[in-house]
Amino acid sequence: MIKLINVSKVYPRTGTALESIQLQVPKGQFVFLTGHSGSGKSTTLRLIHMSERPSSGEVLVDGFSSRRTPGRDIWKVRRRVGFVFQDFRLLPGRTALENVAFALEVTDTPRGEIRPRAQRLLSKVGLSAKAGSPVHQLSGGEQQRVTIARALASEPLVLLADEPTGNLDDRATRGILDLFWEINALGMAVIMATHDLELLRSYSAARVLELDQGRLVFDSQAPGSGG
Amino acid sequence: MARALREAVSGFRRAPLLIGLSALMVGLALTVLALFALVAYNLRLAVEEVEERVEVVAYLRESARPVEIEAAVQLLRSLPGVEDVRFVSKAQALERARQELPEIAEFSADLEVNPFPASLEIRFLPGSRTTESVEGVAAAASDFSFVEDVRYGREWMERLFLLRRIAAITAMILGGAFAAVATLIIGTAIRIAVFARRDEIFIMRLVGARDRLIRRPFFLEGAMTGLLGGILAILLTWGTYQAVNRFLFHIEWIPPAWSGAGLLMGVVFGAMASSLAVRRYLRGV
Repeated sequence: MIKLINVSKVYPRTGTALESIQLQVPKGQFVFLTGHSGSGKSTTLRLIHMSERPSSGEVLVDGFSSRRTPGRDIWKVRRRVGFVFQDFRLLPGRTALENVAFALEVTDTPRGEIRPRAQRLLSKVGLSAKAGSPVHQLSGGEQQRVTIARALASEPLVLLADEPTGNLDDRATRGILDLFWEINALGMAVIMATHDLELLRSYSAARVLELDQGRLVFDSQAPGSGG
Repeated sequence: MARALREAVSGFRRAPLLIGLSALMVGLALTVLALFALVAYNLRLAVEEVEERVEVVAYLRESARPVEIEAAVQLLRSLPGVEDVRFVSKAQALERARQELPEIAEFSADLEVNPFPASLEIRFLPGSRTTESVEGVAAAASDFSFVEDVRYGREWMERLFLLRRIAAITAMILGGAFAAVATLIIGTAIRIAVFARRDEIFIMRLVGARDRLIRRPFFLEGAMTGLLGGILAILLTWGTYQAVNRFLFHIEWIPPAWSGAGLLMGVVFGAMASSLAVRRYLRGV
């Protein structure tokens, strides 16, 4: 479903962020993407989301190629790829329900379906009781659940999460991880970037990929990796 | 489009202060332009009023016969740019002098002979009050043998036309400068309004909104801000116009087409500035 074929990314100012990445993520897989800061985790996620294009090589997402998909059609990729950030990126001053509804409004959801669907999405992430609360009044864990509900609005094939628990305490982190597993159990692939090695140990069923200085140095599913 | 309109209106509701300030900036920028238009329009009217006095007077010899005069009137009337040719008899000339100059009224009763000559007064159409046109008609009038002298205040006219040219060039340069400043201010005001909503644009792109769906509400919001600014500019200029008329001197209000053009300018600039500002954010994500 997701393929990175010999992908490299070079930034004019900071140099090489990714080098010759070969990677394939099938439908429904749970992947931890790990590595130190600056190892290329976020860049990998942005390339899959097609927020950026590779300097060389090709990214394929559900048949959409980073080489051949024109800018005007990128929205089609985005609807197949949900994205969750460490810093939530919610609309302040709006309620949890409004934040989720906003994603539905702008992605061609019929008007009458927006509210009930937003409610259902919030229930899915265990936040239906807080639907009417302004997001700035929610805890970090709750805000992250709102962003997950928003990311699920377009019923994507894969959920990308860039250090989603980076700002959360242990309990909230567990809650978010459990939620990812539940979502994954429904058939959605999850690719989560994290440098928290404790998490990797707790969820040993997941595939682990490790990046170091832009290179893929470990894949738990590769032959001979021991994973 | 309905969603875009709803979004644009809800944008107003969510950030009334920001959009209000933005519309105020647009309004003030357009007010400067509208006040300039008010001044320019009234100056133009004043120059046109002076121009209406542009005329050629052909003084006739005593020997001029009525049939000759009538023929000359017909011929001069047919010349391009001529609005009207009026015959003023000796008696009418004396009567006019009596009315306009009291000192003449005092001694004219003792006059045995009327010293004022008969004349033809030639007036010009608004677009033809130019030196070339006037000189051409004056030359044609002086060709008649019964015309003794032709006067049209050459020096005065040349000064008038110089003044008109200076006024037109000044209006163009100043108008252009004001328009440029207004465009910059409107552009900045709208960009600030769009900047404040960059998070929304980011999320729209993030979740897969189509570009046109992102652009439309901002396009409409920019147009609405421009329209509000335009209405404000017209109200402020109207207030100034009323105040000048009441406390200083009489001036005319600008033609409705000018006000319409001002409003349209607000709408178009607002929409364009907004679209350009959004385009910048669409490159990201």
